Amino acid sequence: MPHDHSRDHDHTEPPSDLTLRVKALESLLLEKGLVNADALNTIIDTYEHKVGPRNGTQVVAKAWSDPQFKQALMHDATAAVLELGYGGRQGEHLHVVENTDAVHNLVVCTLCSCYPWTLLGLPPVWYKSAPYRSRAVSEPRSVLREFGTELDETIKIRVWDSSSEMRYLVLPARPAGTEDWSEEKLQQLVSRNSMIGVELARSPTSAEDLSS
Amino acid sequence: MNGGHDLGGKQGLGPINPEPEAQEPVFHFEWERRVFALTMAAGMLGQWNIDQSRHARERQHPADYLSNSYYENWLQGTETLLNESGLLAANVELGNVRIPDSADAEKLLACGGPTTVDSDKPPAFNVGDGVRLIKSHKAGHTRAPSYAQGAVGEVVGQHGCHVYPDSNALGEHVGEQLYSIRFSAQELWGSDAENFEVLIDLWEPYLEQVSTA
Repeated sequence: MPHDHSRDHDHTEPPSDLTLRVKALESLLLEKGLVNADALNTIIDTYEHKVGPRNGTQVVAKAWSDPQFKQALMHDATAAVLELGYGGRQGEHLHVVENTDAVHNLVVCTLCSCYPWTLLGLPPVWYKSAPYRSRAVSEPRSVLREFGTELDETIKIRVWDSSSEMRYLVLPARPAGTEDWSEEKLQQLVSRNSMIGVELARSPTSAEDLSS
Repeated sequence: MNGGHDLGGKQGLGPINPEPEAQEPVFHFEWERRVFALTMAAGMLGQWNIDQSRHARERQHPADYLSNSYYENWLQGTETLLNESGLLAANVELGNVRIPDSADAEKLLACGGPTTVDSDKPPAFNVGDGVRLIKSHKAGHTRAPSYAQGAVGEVVGQHGCHVYPDSNALGEHVGEQLYSIRFSAQELWGSDAENFEVLIDLWEPYLEQVSTA
């Protein structure tokens, strides 16, 4: 049954039905010895603190800076990012798709929430939402506009529906005016959203603001 | 099955309202954190695979699937799988079921599980071939999205032989050739559609060759 999703952080309130239902399940599984409490903490810690979009920003900045790495990445992304230490669950079969002057790529999973965890961490709420999953494959330009992204009509939009275990990462176009930038500095231009394809990489001026 | 999860092209679901990237936490509530970890840890017991796990969420009433939040759907699916597995029965014999500890969990997450399957059978379709995604109304799990069924596209990539989800959801680990198929927006949505293309990964049994002449 539907539940109240109000963002209630008032700790004086009694726990919601949902909180109780989850607690009951956890207690049952612990009591039966079917899950290990330390393993639960490790799983949470991995995706809350260790695996996140910073991995992807490193891959993109390196691809912008190192032609040899980019070639390897476009040829076999799974192997190329493994060299950087990024492998594992939901990143077993990676493909990188490149934005150019002529093509803009956008990634969705209409059937569930497939997403390259090894490079981007867990997907944001909007990526898993019914509005995004329904509209990305039928009206991508209107979806992009909701993210403030306006593309020239001449640019071809290519939408990747992640229906298999292939995981897609968008390689955004490198912003102009960054020719002498280091990889570390370039990483600041790479938003998570630009690697899903709903936004472009940040402009160099916005990144100067971020670091100042 | 085309349940509440089969969302491509559905209308009336409203705006996306994305939370600003810099402000979005990984989890919004403590219970979401717990559901995520419990689902992952229960999955590591090896009693079901990813397609069975997806199918458990998809089998809900579409109205529930759509009104639930994401992690509520995970919770529902995990409860279903645990109940069906028999693991929760009173006096259950765990036998060979290994309960991963922290180090095991870390290793399982870091290794992942590739879905490629060895096969001697060559791909039936080549890059450039015209193919139709066959219409199907079967009740079980599938990764052939309903919005593209009946549409004709072009093979643009061969991914090799991968576990076939429709069988995998029944616990049968068989491989089929997987392709990247490109569909035009006009083919999917009619002549008024925006100008774009959609690429979908589809397994060989979903497809039939069409003459491109």
